Formats: sequence, C-alpha cells, structure tokens
Amino acid sequence: MPADHASSLPSLSTRRLWYLRGVRAAFSIPGLILASAFIGFAGLAKEAGLTLAQTVFMVGTVWALPAKVVLVGAILSGASLPAAAFAVALSSIRLTPMVVALVPELRGPTTPRWVLYFLSHFVAVTSWVLAMERLRGIPRELRTSYYAGLGSTLVLFNMLVTAVVYLVADSLPPAVSAALFLLTPMYFLTSLWGSARERAGHVAMVLGLILGPLLHLVVPGFDLLGAGLIGGGAAFAFHKLSQRRATA
Amino acid sequence: MTFDAIDSWWWPFLFILIGGWLATDAWRFLGVYLGDRISEDSDLLVLVRALATALVAAVIGNLIVFPSGALVDTALALRIGAAGAGFVAYLYLRRKILVGIVAAEVILLVGMWIS
Repeated sequence: MPADHASSLPSLSTRRLWYLRGVRAAFSIPGLILASAFIGFAGLAKEAGLTLAQTVFMVGTVWALPAKVVLVGAILSGASLPAAAFAVALSSIRLTPMVVALVPELRGPTTPRWVLYFLSHFVAVTSWVLAMERLRGIPRELRTSYYAGLGSTLVLFNMLVTAVVYLVADSLPPAVSAALFLLTPMYFLTSLWGSARERAGHVAMVLGLILGPLLHLVVPGFDLLGAGLIGGGAAFAFHKLSQRRATA
Repeated sequence: MTFDAIDSWWWPFLFILIGGWLATDAWRFLGVYLGDRISEDSDLLVLVRALATALVAAVIGNLIVFPSGALVDTALALRIGAAGAGFVAYLYLRRKILVGIVAAEVILLVGMWIS
C-alpha cells in the first residue's frame, strides 16, 4: 500500500520504544555469555601489551571477537600490518554471508541504504543469532530501531566490561585469572560448533583445532592462515564428496 | 610495519584501524551490498564458511595449547582435558554454551587446586 507510506511511518516515540526493547534484548543469556568472553579478551589484550585505550578502541572498531583475538595474536607474534590485516580479513569473511542473511530480515519498505551500512557494523555472532531469532516477531518498519538498540548496547556494554576488567586484571588471584583466560576459547569452541550450517563446518572446526597448534610448531607465523586454508579446503572437499555420494 | 614499529601514540590506533576495523567492516559492507544477490547455500559460501571456521578453530587450538597469562602455569593435559570435558558437556547436555563453559572452568579449577 504505497499510498499509505507517509502516514504509516512510525513516529519517533514508537521508534524509541523499539530501540529500548532492543537494548533490553542485549541483557539476555547470550548477551551475558558474550560479556564473559570479553572478560577473557581484556586479559588477553593486556597480556599482549596493549594499553587500556587501544584495547577499548579495538572493541569498538573491530567488534567481532574472533577478529580481535586474531589481531591480538598477530600483534603478539610480531606480524607486519599487511600480514595482520590479511589474517583478520580471512577470519572475518564469515561476516559477509551473515550480513547477506540478515539484510532481508532487517530491511523495511523505506529503509535507506546508509542505515543498513551503519547497522552492519554491529553484526557479530551474538547479535546476529539474537536478531535472526527475534526480528521476525517485530513489525518490519521498526526492525532497524530494534537492532540499533540491541547492537549498540552490546558494543558499548562490552567496551565498559573490557575497560573494567583491564583495570582490575592485575589484582586477581591466579586461579581466577586462569579461569578468565579459558573463557574465550570455551565460548568459541561451543558457539562455533552450534553455528555451523553444514557438516563441513564441523569437519573444518576439528581440523582447525588440530592444525593450528601443529602448524604453530612447524611454521610459526603461517599457522593461522595455513590451518584455515588446509582445514577449510579439506572440509570443502568433504562437502563436495558427500554431496556427490548423496546424489549418486 | 609491526605494532611496535613506529614510536608514536597514533601508530597502534592506525594499526588497529587498518588491520582490524577495515579488515572486518569491509566484509560487513560487502554483505549489505550483496544483499539478496547471492544464494545462502551456494558452493562459494560453503567454501568461505569452511575456511573461516577452520581459521577461527586454529585460533582456539592455539589459545588452549599455547596460552597466555595465568594459564601458562597450568599443565597442557589439564587445559586440553578441561576444554574437552566442557565441549562434551555442551554436546550432551542440550547444547547450552553456558553448560560447556561452566563444566570446563570447574575441571580447570579443581585440577589447579589438586596439583
């Protein structure tokens, strides 16, 4: 009903209401688990020698946790900027298909393109999972407001969490500190398995888990890229083979 | 051109912007651009997802086998055991991420306390 567009545009107060509902959705179990992973990240970044400002800046600009962990790993191993950017880019390719899947859900009838580009910055595993799960129950023209509330709250809250943990990290007892450092790998180990769409994702994950440390011993500096290319390539070959077997 | 290459306050931030922000948001922007032009189950996306998954898994493996911080002082077998137990708990107890994390942490802390 294109004739009604002008009159059916949501008012500012309706938009604010749905923005706030998005804010509330950030404080859910997935949101809290994500915060726990950022507790681990703050310790990791501090250990790597980053300053408080650099760490919080990284949370706000990069946002996706795997990309940040790869970036800190590259800094730790003394990688050059092009090598670091390449590794981070390779670890973030997954963001494209995620955004591709989210855009049709998010877009309202009159949503300007720049809003979608802006909101896409908030896409990372947690906000994406929450959005894909809840957006369909929200009026289409208000979905961007909701996602803006959800995404911006997750980013800002975790910048705060990271800053606070960075400041107190040194005064923690060793057992607590060790437990914190296990949070990030455990969060990824479980969420990565759960987010795989096809069997090949699980194959890729198991191969990567083994190849990463193995290649780190043999060819340090090429361990992440090597594990990604070999493990991912083998998983894709597995995918094609099982597809052919299914059709044969 | 490493993180410590230039001794000034702005270089690390520029490093993070190019190596981090540009390298991630470029993919997000590409996703918006491609919008509905690409099929979710095309072979190209399966390959892309497999490469990305293996790479992130390699990061996880390295964090467990070659850890940093206070985890350095724990035994490798304990770290692998704790992570493995947490993962098995996740798999068999209704696939709850929280269950996996708590199980791994309990094993780690008990192991540290015993040794």
